[in-house]
Amino acid sequence: MNDITRSTGTQLVKRGLAEMLKGGVVMDVVNPEQARIAEDAGAVAVMALERVPSDIRRDGGVARMSDPEMIEGIKAAVTIPVMAKVRIGHFAEAQIIQALGVDYVDESEVLTPADEAHHIDKWAFDVPFVCGATNLGEALRRISEGACLIRSKGEAGTGNIVEAVRHLRSIMGDIGRITKADSAELFEWAKRLQSPLSLVQEIAETGELPVPMFCAGGIATPADASLVMQLGAQSVFVGSGIFKSDDPAPRARAIVEATTNFTDPVILGKVSRGLGAAMPGLEIDTLETRLADRGW
Amino acid sequence: MKVGVLALQGAFARHAAVLTDVGVAPIEVRTPEHLSGVDALVMPGGESTTMSMLLDIAELRQPLAERLAEGLPVFGTCAGMILLASSVADGRSDQESLAAIDMDVRRNGYGRQIDSFEADVNVGGGGLPGWDTPFRGVFIRAPVVERVGDGIEVLASVDDNPVLCRQGHVMVASFHPELTADRRIHELFVESA
Repeated sequence: MNDITRSTGTQLVKRGLAEMLKGGVVMDVVNPEQARIAEDAGAVAVMALERVPSDIRRDGGVARMSDPEMIEGIKAAVTIPVMAKVRIGHFAEAQIIQALGVDYVDESEVLTPADEAHHIDKWAFDVPFVCGATNLGEALRRISEGACLIRSKGEAGTGNIVEAVRHLRSIMGDIGRITKADSAELFEWAKRLQSPLSLVQEIAETGELPVPMFCAGGIATPADASLVMQLGAQSVFVGSGIFKSDDPAPRARAIVEATTNFTDPVILGKVSRGLGAAMPGLEIDTLETRLADRGW
Repeated sequence: MKVGVLALQGAFARHAAVLTDVGVAPIEVRTPEHLSGVDALVMPGGESTTMSMLLDIAELRQPLAERLAEGLPVFGTCAGMILLASSVADGRSDQESLAAIDMDVRRNGYGRQIDSFEADVNVGGGGLPGWDTPFRGVFIRAPVVERVGDGIEVLASVDDNPVLCRQGHVMVASFHPELTADRRIHELFVESA
């Protein structure tokens, strides 16, 4: 196994895993039993955490990295990739998560931020990172810090898709406008987005983010998954939406089918039938804490 | 020739882009009707458990097995290779294989994501025309080939593990040629299909 040409932790390898998760559903799970239900339902990965966002929202207080023992339990329960969340800027939590052999780290606004000025230097890690973004500038700043996957933030734990739609439309809209800009205008775009010029130029050339973009925050139904996929997301994260619904297993499977067949309304209608009640939703205006405002 | 890409989940869009590059217009395959219209098929990387479930839901497993038995040229990468192998270790107990190529694979046999790697892959030992330089292989939570049957042509190995193999109309790779700019492996498949 001493091949001198073998290299680990490269951008290709880190971004590559996100490519493999495309067209899939990443599900939040809080114990091994839920992890197995998620895998049985066709999840491409699970996010191991102690409380789903709607419970974090309800309980208040400081939300931190999960107990390593709990993460180990979930790793042992499934064969699909396991992700775990760390607080924004909390590189020590990220070091621990990497050492646990977790497959993807989510530097997440759902947990209480640890640093008011700095996100983690993600280039310093071999494990890939996913980060949230509400707009293109935020996405490009995270990519410049080494994020290998972007998820639109939405508003986690609400079961309300409106913020995810706002963020996706903002990101996709600006990407579209940049592809039409001339070379001189790209300098202005970089300034306006507070992002590296090289990344703005790359978008102008390719018409897409340099890394995959998934959607998170507020997805509760198969139709929600179809909506965000049609708006340009390449996969979906479902947090509270599955295990806070009446009947998690069929709903999880229905959202998986909807994500694969997101352009087929006949299949979407079929999989949406008889799923029982979705998670209770929240109006954005009534929220005490807007999680999406965390990070910058 | 119409080349399909199984588009249930995973890196199918990347494969489709490479196929376009090498001059074939790829068709995304999600239904039995799509499958019946193709002359060759690429099965991409992704999560094999998810893809296996979606094969059943889409009612594709049976027609795909029949086409494979009739000699449909197929190229499976990573999860695609797992689905085509005759036996899978460390998969889920209910994971069903298409058994189109006589080899045993161990799912995630190289380890977790932290162990994922790039390595030079020497196809045909560098002696084949067009293969005097190595191919940069990207291995992501990749399967390890633990046994190959007598009829298998091992086109490349890394550290004594076969990573690119062929048996008649079935070609498999444990790495991801769709993630790099080198088109030679897709060309090899399209030429032989």
